[in-house]
Amino acid sequence: MADMRDPIETGCPDPFQYMHPMMRRNFGLWAYHEDPRPGVLLHVAKNGDKLWTIKAGTQRILDLFTLRTLCQIADDYSDGFIRFTIRSNPEFFVTEESRVEPLIEKLEEAGFIVGGTKNSVTTLSHTQGWLHCDIPGTDASGVVKSMMDELIDEFKVSEMPNRVHITTSCCQINCGGQGDIAINVQHTKPPKINHDLVANVCERPTVVARCPVAAIRPAMVNGKPSLEVDEKKCICCGACFPPCPPMQINDAEHTKLAIWVGGNHSNARGKPTFQKLVAAGIPNNPPRWPEATAIVKRILAEYKAGARDWERVGEWIERIGWPRFFELVELPFTKYHIDNWRGARKSLNASAHIRF
Amino acid sequence: MAINKHHTPMLDQLESGPWPSFISGIKRLRDEHPEERINKMTNDLLGQLEHSYETRKGYWKGGTVSVFQYGGGIIPRFSEVGHAFPESKEFHTLRVQPPAGNHYSTDMLRQMADSWEKYGSGLVTFHGQTGNIMFIGTDTEQTQHFFDEINDYGWDLGGAGPCVRTAMSCVGAARCEMSCTNEQKAHRLLVNNFTDDVHRPALPYKFKFKVSGCGNDCQNAVERADFAVIGTWRDDMNVNQDEFKAYVGRKGRQHVIDNIITRCPTNALSLNDDDSLEVNNKDCVRCMHCLNVVPKALHPGDDRGVTILIGGKRTLKIGDLMGTVVVPFKKLDTEEDWEEIVELAEEIIDFWAENALEHERCGEMIERIGLVNFLEGVGVEVDPNMVNNPRESSYIRMDGWDEEAVKWFDRQAEAS
Repeated sequence: MADMRDPIETGCPDPFQYMHPMMRRNFGLWAYHEDPRPGVLLHVAKNGDKLWTIKAGTQRILDLFTLRTLCQIADDYSDGFIRFTIRSNPEFFVTEESRVEPLIEKLEEAGFIVGGTKNSVTTLSHTQGWLHCDIPGTDASGVVKSMMDELIDEFKVSEMPNRVHITTSCCQINCGGQGDIAINVQHTKPPKINHDLVANVCERPTVVARCPVAAIRPAMVNGKPSLEVDEKKCICCGACFPPCPPMQINDAEHTKLAIWVGGNHSNARGKPTFQKLVAAGIPNNPPRWPEATAIVKRILAEYKAGARDWERVGEWIERIGWPRFFELVELPFTKYHIDNWRGARKSLNASAHIRF
Repeated sequence: MAINKHHTPMLDQLESGPWPSFISGIKRLRDEHPEERINKMTNDLLGQLEHSYETRKGYWKGGTVSVFQYGGGIIPRFSEVGHAFPESKEFHTLRVQPPAGNHYSTDMLRQMADSWEKYGSGLVTFHGQTGNIMFIGTDTEQTQHFFDEINDYGWDLGGAGPCVRTAMSCVGAARCEMSCTNEQKAHRLLVNNFTDDVHRPALPYKFKFKVSGCGNDCQNAVERADFAVIGTWRDDMNVNQDEFKAYVGRKGRQHVIDNIITRCPTNALSLNDDDSLEVNNKDCVRCMHCLNVVPKALHPGDDRGVTILIGGKRTLKIGDLMGTVVVPFKKLDTEEDWEEIVELAEEIIDFWAENALEHERCGEMIERIGLVNFLEGVGVEVDPNMVNNPRESSYIRMDGWDEEAVKWFDRQAEAS
């Protein structure tokens, strides 16, 4: 170990060294912004400096050829600077209006999609999926590619009532976010346990503690220490799978997709909201997941037609009511839509407020 | 040397359509990259991914890989079907902390690309869900070499496992007129104070900092951060009446009433007969809606600071939780102010590390012990901004009422 190099623990780097000079110069000194066209923001500083930002969609999982193409475009058109948004869209910067259109043309010529600003359907945020996750019920990049192929026209324009954030998540428990529309894995059967492996692979008390409904208990199976699941209690969430890989939750047939709507991180108008279940039992159908995309498109079409300006998906439904929503999008309302988790009473209608 | 390309009929279907295709990108690495190692590695990656698409199953397992002196920062991946796809049988991801606000020069991106080409698969994402640059795909040995090389020119690993995780902040003051604080300073001061806790996972579970410069919360901090910092202001919002009247002139009074006046969640707005805007700033909750509609005329006030919310997280284990207000307003002007926010973070992480169950997020611990016990543990006084409404249940022992009431009046007197 003597020749090992000690790490330099610098943590998060200072961004000013990588920041476009006009942003550096006007840090904290911006006056206002305008939206000259979809995919373009114009920020005006208090001293009159103008900065146009051009936003593009990419495949997110970037090969180095694509990264270098982005760099080349930034060198030729954007003073050599790029910023990435929280939804992985690269942003390019120009300081003269005449340079906006050539940059857009170049980005489109290179296969990138300019858009994603203001009230558009911006890039789906996604997780790792089959490409790299250790517990995925589905792929993420493939779902996003398939859906963006269908939603691309709404990325390129800003014609929705307000912005639409769509997210995907390839397990039920972890890293996907909240979205106006979320497409998340929903398992429908308890884990299948390989009892030969549990004792050697899993720290059993940890696995027992991980279950949200206390459905797992230690047991001797075929003379070996293992775990068993009370399948009547099990909610099929998959929380036991990461700490205990022999408790396989993913299943080619029984791992499904569910669609949730109304998640919103902004404080604008109402307080931030979590997403609510609207559809489940959707087949996990690679390579293009057409059933999930069809439902998403139906929801978007009704939202676009029915919501008022500035209403996010959740606000639109709050106004028209859930019965009308289910009618419009032609989805069934089932017993599974009625929450029974802790705090569920707060989601029940304790009033005579009914729409007819 | 020609390689035996895996047959990928399902993945091939993801090459058609107008959106950029990640499959086409991986194939370019397989077919066109001069490095044979990268050709082979991406070929086997495609083979395994096709196998996943066919069988609807994932085939990666975790393990223990880190770099010298660190305990985390790497997502180890070992293939369960490595016999069939040996060139990508180890395919670890390095999580690298981006600069606050995600700014890059192309010189730096190219330098990172050159390093990754030497040691990795050639796949990278800006950024993962936690906010890291994800360098996807290398083996255990090259993990160390790649880290050594990029660490030499200024890059450090992020968090993975039960530790302080990589933080996130919005573009903020660098390019947004609504910015109410120095988001980048908050981001870096907070997370870089815990560098040891980022690199050596020893906490009950993950702990995330996220910073948004206003209530629009572009970083999803309230929903997803254990420690959310949201910019706000406490004086009157700035109204440029000339610009506002010009907007009314352009859009019409009905548009303004329907889209601004009646959309205010606390009815704090009124449209005057001369088309100017009247704001009842005492009722305004800084939600940002009217500022978003007329960004040329309406801006945050001048007495700016932040609101701090604690305990946001996603589903596992007890269900999704929003962060809730613990500090309604904190100035971040003087060096002392900045020290205080870092000290609060230290208090909270220490208390949580001491009191949480294994694998329990901070918000879950608060749910279990109650907000008041948490506040007492970290030395923060109660405040009516912390609740939607006071308690509705009478099931509480209240024989300390008189002392608590005195505390309230003493604090009020001190503040005035």
